[in-house]
Amino acid sequence: MFVAILTISLMAGVFGLVLGYAAIRFKVEGNPIVDQIDALLPQTQCGQCTYAGCRPYAEAIANGEAPINQCPPGGQATIVALSNLLDTEVLDLNAELGEHLEIPLLAVIDEQICIGCTLCIQACPVDAILGAAKQMHTVIADECTGCKLCLPPCPVDCIDMVPTEQSIDDWKWPAPLDPLELVQDA
Amino acid sequence: MLKLHHFHGGLRLDGHKAKSLQRGLLQATLPERLFLPLRQHIGDHNKPRVEIGERVLKGQVIASDSALICAAVHAPTSGTIRAIENYPVAHPSGKIDTCIVIDVDGDDQGVEPNPADLESLAPIELIELICRAGIVGLGGAVFPTSPKLSRGKVQGIDTLIINGVECEPYITCDDILMRFNAAEVIRGSGYLQRILAPRTTYIAIEDNKPEAIAAMAKALAEHPLPDTEIIPIPTIYPSGGEKQLVQILTGKEVPHGQLAFDIGIFCQNVGTCAAITRALEMDEPLISRVVTITGDNIAHPGNWEARLGTPINHLIELAGGYQHEASGHLVMGGSMMGFALSGSDVPIVKASNCIMVMREETIPKSPGYHDECIRCSKCAEVCPAQLLPQQLYWHARAKAYERTREFHLFDCIECGCCSTVCPSRIPLVQYYRAAKSEIRATRKAQFKSDRARLRFEFREKRLLLKKQQDEERRRLKREALQKKKAGAGNGKPQADPVQAALDRVKARKKLAQED
Repeated sequence: MFVAILTISLMAGVFGLVLGYAAIRFKVEGNPIVDQIDALLPQTQCGQCTYAGCRPYAEAIANGEAPINQCPPGGQATIVALSNLLDTEVLDLNAELGEHLEIPLLAVIDEQICIGCTLCIQACPVDAILGAAKQMHTVIADECTGCKLCLPPCPVDCIDMVPTEQSIDDWKWPAPLDPLELVQDA
Repeated sequence: MLKLHHFHGGLRLDGHKAKSLQRGLLQATLPERLFLPLRQHIGDHNKPRVEIGERVLKGQVIASDSALICAAVHAPTSGTIRAIENYPVAHPSGKIDTCIVIDVDGDDQGVEPNPADLESLAPIELIELICRAGIVGLGGAVFPTSPKLSRGKVQGIDTLIINGVECEPYITCDDILMRFNAAEVIRGSGYLQRILAPRTTYIAIEDNKPEAIAAMAKALAEHPLPDTEIIPIPTIYPSGGEKQLVQILTGKEVPHGQLAFDIGIFCQNVGTCAAITRALEMDEPLISRVVTITGDNIAHPGNWEARLGTPINHLIELAGGYQHEASGHLVMGGSMMGFALSGSDVPIVKASNCIMVMREETIPKSPGYHDECIRCSKCAEVCPAQLLPQQLYWHARAKAYERTREFHLFDCIECGCCSTVCPSRIPLVQYYRAAKSEIRATRKAQFKSDRARLRFEFREKRLLLKKQQDEERRRLKREALQKKKAGAGNGKPQADPVQAALDRVKARKKLAQED
């Protein structure tokens, strides 16, 4: 009896120490679920979700403060991916925040009008605008996420959002018509 | 005699090859205008190297790029650059792409050929010459040949396979090439042997092409190559697919996610071999290819050696025009893997092996929908890649793309066997192609968003650093100021310098008055 109690207590003590050590030694930095959510977001950093960027929105989702349907650039695909990750219900995109565009936008600076004020450079969340004070600015097309954050600060309204050019490489084979959908439509 | 192996599945198809083989190899005349898409290969984009209004000579580079997976485009004849604009091109999308348009002047004047002394060249220099000639795989994949050779050279090649199988119905361009130009194919294989130094070389030809086999055997006898054998292989579609052919000849399977040269095997099409011979011996870049014009709506089917950029309607005219209907349903490629063309103004490109001109009624009108899968599993029986087409179909249809990847969607060679045998006429390959493009698009978007995240995080870090530095600077300044103040308080009380100056002036004035 006494030996049994002693043995069990000793074992419990040893395991407790091991677990305690492991908790310190293998402590996970940050919140891994936030990283996973962040990886699914489109990283436009546009703030349409009402948060200050993709990561803050990911944190809000992880804390249960925000629903998963607030990302217009990601659209339904992102919502489905998030619902798969978090095992929650698939929602429809919150239309009040903006609509999902199939073809992403690209900011284009009208270089005739640009006065070189650098305000858009400061606003760009991904450093995709190149220029210096009183020098003409230009957008690095490959890096632009189409977030529109450069539009409000521009004092001369010289930035346009245009749909990105779709080349033959961007073309997708269309899927065949689904017979079930035809039945539902009829 | 080599023991042949079998690949899984496959189909015995009606070849429809006889009627385009009647007239031998014909030379196509020059059209008035040539339309050359900037990119005619798989890989990176070319940039135009000519200007509008410029006169170009046959063989002159008109588009190129320094990227690794790239093949230059050369002027197929002499003429003037008319435009560099978007035109319809041979692509399943039926979309437009940038083309260089040449007004042909008819002189066919070429740049002075300057063939190198081939005997003295090292393999790497031969690859360089092949690169300059803009040669791509002419079997249909149009992968640039020189990077493939460099990679093969690095990997080390045990077996070289010259692919003259041409298993797809209707296509006869390789058959004709081997019948009438066997010597060039054999010599080209010889150059590949010099570059890759393989232990054995097989020239594989389907046994439904006895004339081609005979012609190649004759050419090989005249120009013997070391350890080279011509292997007639049974006629089963798709035995000409690279992985299937490797399996037939060597019994080896190319592992998932790898290519033939990863297991020491290098495949090259016979057309590519002939192009290599021309490039090396005559300094002639890839400016023409053999094209089959066939189908049930063309008056006189045949094979033409046509300059790249020739509009298809020009070739249709050469073939006697449409036979039954005023216009035909045009398909580029064969009846299994070909795709419909948007119109007859589309030009011949490096990939154009065959143009099928079909009657509208021959092409089964798609009802727009298909019947349901009855799980007969015929598709799995014929799949040469040993996939589970049914599973792929369910997941592709449900848009569960992650699941399709688990079922090895990307090992599908899109040969069309499954769609052909499906009793419910489900366009299976179309489902797979759609799923593949969705997955590729997602991957591209993911790549872009990962970059955006990196740039965003870097910017955040930079702004934070700047803020800290500013604060640090301000703190130092503040401290310096305080120190100064404190220093001033501790020392002797100094007279006000302004007051002192005023006093001095006053004193001087006073002195002056006294005087």
